[in-house]
Amino acid sequence: MLTSRLRVCALAAAMLLPAAAPAAAQDFTPSNPECIAPAAAGGGWDFTCRQVGKAMQDLKLIPGTLQVTNLAGGGGGVAYAEVVNKRNDSNDVIVAASTATSTRLAQGAYPGNTMDQVRWLGAVGADYGVIGVAKDSPIKDLKELMEKVKADPTSVSFAGGSAVGGWDHLKVLLLAKKAGIDDVRKVKYVAFDGGGEAMTQLLGGSVQAFTGDASEAKGFVDSGDLKVLAVLAPEKLPGDFSSFPTAKEQGFDVTGANWRGFYGPGGMSEASYDFWVDALQKTYQSDEWKTIMEQNGLAPLDYSGEEFQKFVAASVAEIEGLSKEIGLIQ
Amino acid sequence: MDTFTQLANGFAIALTFENLFLAFVGCILGTIIGALPGLGPANGVAILIPLAFSLGLPATPALILLTSVYYGAMYGGRISSILLNIPGDEPAMMTTLDGYPMAQKGQAGEALAISGIASFVGSFFATWGLVFLAPSLVALALLFGPAEYFALYLLAFATLGGLASANQAKAALAAALGLGIAMIGVDGQTGVPRFSFGEVHLYDGIDFLVAIVGLFAVAEVFVFLEHKGEREAADEGDKLSVTGRTIPPLSMLKETAGSMGRGTIVGFFAGVLPGAGASLGSFLAYGFEKKLKNKNDTFGKGDPRGVAAPEAGNNASAGGALVPMLALGVPGSGTTAVLLAMLMTLNVQPGPLLFQQNPDVVWGLIAALFIGNIMLLILNLPLVAVFARVLLIPVRYLMPAVAMISFVSVYGISGSSFDVMMMVIFGLLGWLLRKMEIPTVPVILGILLGNAMEVNLRRELTISDGNLMALFDSPLAITLWLMAIGGFLIPIVAGRFFRRPEGVTEKEAEANVGD
Repeated sequence: MLTSRLRVCALAAAMLLPAAAPAAAQDFTPSNPECIAPAAAGGGWDFTCRQVGKAMQDLKLIPGTLQVTNLAGGGGGVAYAEVVNKRNDSNDVIVAASTATSTRLAQGAYPGNTMDQVRWLGAVGADYGVIGVAKDSPIKDLKELMEKVKADPTSVSFAGGSAVGGWDHLKVLLLAKKAGIDDVRKVKYVAFDGGGEAMTQLLGGSVQAFTGDASEAKGFVDSGDLKVLAVLAPEKLPGDFSSFPTAKEQGFDVTGANWRGFYGPGGMSEASYDFWVDALQKTYQSDEWKTIMEQNGLAPLDYSGEEFQKFVAASVAEIEGLSKEIGLIQ
Repeated sequence: MDTFTQLANGFAIALTFENLFLAFVGCILGTIIGALPGLGPANGVAILIPLAFSLGLPATPALILLTSVYYGAMYGGRISSILLNIPGDEPAMMTTLDGYPMAQKGQAGEALAISGIASFVGSFFATWGLVFLAPSLVALALLFGPAEYFALYLLAFATLGGLASANQAKAALAAALGLGIAMIGVDGQTGVPRFSFGEVHLYDGIDFLVAIVGLFAVAEVFVFLEHKGEREAADEGDKLSVTGRTIPPLSMLKETAGSMGRGTIVGFFAGVLPGAGASLGSFLAYGFEKKLKNKNDTFGKGDPRGVAAPEAGNNASAGGALVPMLALGVPGSGTTAVLLAMLMTLNVQPGPLLFQQNPDVVWGLIAALFIGNIMLLILNLPLVAVFARVLLIPVRYLMPAVAMISFVSVYGISGSSFDVMMMVIFGLLGWLLRKMEIPTVPVILGILLGNAMEVNLRRELTISDGNLMALFDSPLAITLWLMAIGGFLIPIVAGRFFRRPEGVTEKEAEANVGD
C-alpha cells in the first residue's frame, strides 16, 4: 500500500515537472539489465532477447551485457505472472513478447492477468501473416479461395502452426469475416506443431491451404512449392517478399502482423521507462538491427512507448471480440 | 558422381583445424550433456547457442559445433541408462530395459561397449542415408498425413504389450497413466486447457523431461533412502568384478550385428518423419527386436541385443531427423527445431532450396557428422572403462550427486520452481510404482506418444468432418493398421502354442522387474 502510494506521488511529481522527465531519462542506467525470455532457450522469445541484447551491447546502449533469463511455462503466462507479482518494482528488467502474448491476454489465458498490469515498451519488427496454397492447387487468388470457403466451408482445411484460437487461426477468421462469412466457426482450421509441420501437410496434400508467417513461407516460395495468395500487410513488403500480393489490394482490408516487442514491469520508474523505450527505439533504428530484421524475415513495425501501448490495446480488443465470436471465451 | 564431389568439398570445409577442434569440443560436451539425467540433445544444443553466438562463429563452424553436441548427446544418453537405470535423455530410455540388467550381471563394460558400437553403426549408416536418400525420402515424409501418423502411433502402442514387464496388465496400466498425464495442458485443437485447474504452469502440459527425471532419477534416490542401511552391506561385496570387460567378446558382436542393422533401419525411417523422432525410433527398434528375437525370453534380463537395437535406433533417427531439416526446412525432432532456429539467425534460409543455395553449409555439416561420429567412437570405446568405474562409487555418494544434478538440470531448463516440485512429485510416483512393481517406461511412452496419437486422430477427424473411414484412406495407412493389428494379436496367439508354462516365466520376470 505504502509503496504504491509513494509511486503515485512520484508519478504525479513526474507529471508536474514535464521538463524533468527527459533529463531523468538520461540519469537512469540499469545496473543489472536483464531480459526475461518466457520460453526455453532456442525458442522465438529467447532469440528476441538475445538478438536485441547483442545489438544493445554493441551499440553501447546498456552497461555490459543484457542478461537473458529463461522463464518458460504457460505460453508466457508464468513469466507474466512473475513480473506482475514479484518484479513489479524492478527497473532493470524487460520481457520479450509477441502477438502470442496479446492473443493469450485477450483470451484470458494468463489467469488473473490483464494487459494494463505491465508497461508496453516498444516493437522491434513484425512478421506479417500469409495465406498460401500448394503449387498445383487450382486456386489462383485470395478471392477465389474465400469464395470457395464461403460456398462450402468443409471443402477447405487451413493448416497452421498455432493452436485453435491462436494467431494463425485468427488470421483466417479475420479474412473470413471480410469475405462475408457469417458463421466463422464453420471455417476448418487444423492445428499443427509449428509452421514447418503445417507446411509439410500442405505439400503432402492433407490440407488445402496454409496460414503462417511470411518468414516461414519464403523458402517454399523460392522453391516453387508454395503459392502465396496474400500477405496481410498494409502495403507490399520490401525486398525478397515484394512478389507477395497484399490482401488489401485484393479487396480484403485485413492486416495481421506477428509483432515482436517488449514489456516491462507495471511499477517501473518513469526514468527507467523512458530509458528502455529510448534504448529499444535506438536499437530498432540502428543499421545493425536492420540487418538482423532482414535475416529473420522481419518487416518494419515502428511503435514505441505510448503508441505501442495503444497498438497492443487495440490488438487485444480485436482478438477478444473475435474469440468471443468463435466461442473460445464467453 | 556429383554427390561424391560435393561430399569431398564438404570434407575440405570441415577438415580445418578450427572445425576439427570445435567438433572435438562438441563431442565431449555432448557426451556429458547426454549422460546427465534431464539434459538431452535439445537443451544441450539450446544451451550452447549463446556460446556459438558469443564466439561469433560463422554458419558452418557453428553448425559443426552444435551437431557434434547433438550426436554426442545421443551417444551419452546410454551411459547413465546402463549404469544407473536412469536414462540420460528420453531416447535412451529403452536402453535401461536391458542395459541396466546387464550392468547388474556384471557386464557393464560389455553393455557400454556394445551400445557405443551400436550408436556408431546407427549414426554412420544414417549419415550415408542422409547423403544418398535425402531427396527421395522427402517424398516419404510427405506421404504421412494425420491418418498415417495416427496408425503409426497405434502400431507403437500395439507393440507395447509385454515390452517392459512380463505382466501385461501392469504395463497397460502404466501406459494408461502416461496417456492420462499427456492430456494435461491446453488442447491445441480447441484451445481449451484440460486438467490444469487454473494453474498457469500446467497450460503447456507436463514436460516429459520433468516426468522422466522424476520417475527415474528422483525415484532412484527415494529407493536408496528407503533401503539405506540394507544396501550398503550388499554393495561392499565383489566390487572389482562389477564393471565387466571393456572389450566385448567377438561372439557378442556377432550376435548383436543383426540387431544393430535392424535398429538402424527402423530408427532412421522414424527419424525422417517430422513429428515422430528419436524416442519413437528407439522404441520401435526395441519393440521389433523383441518381437523377432525373444525366443528364449531373455529380453529385459540383460540381453545385449536389447541394448544394441535401441541404441542403433536412436542414433540412426538423429541422422534421419536431419533429412527433413536439410531437404525441407522442417524439423524432424525437438533438437533439429532448435538447430533450424539457429540457422535462420545465421542468415541461412532453411527450406527446400538449402542444398542448392548453401551447399557449403550442408555438405560441410554432413562431413562434420562423419568426423564427429568417428571421433565419438574413438572417444567412447576407451572411456568405457572410465565410465564403468562410476559403479565403483558407493551409492551413498552417488545418489546425492544424482539428486543434485536432477534438481539443477530441471531448474536450468525452464527456470521454474514449479517444475522442480513436479519432478519431486513424479519421483514419489515413481517410487510408489516400483513398490507395486509397475514398470515406469510405459508411463513415459504414454506421455511421449499418447499426445501425438490423440492430436493426429483429431486432426484427421477435423479434415474429414468427423468421418472415421478417413483413417483407412490410403494404402500406407491400411498397411500400418494391419501391422499394428498383427503386432498386437500374433504374440497372443503364438504365445499359446510356443511359450513355456506361463506361471514360471512370469514369476522370474517379475522378480527382475522389481529391481
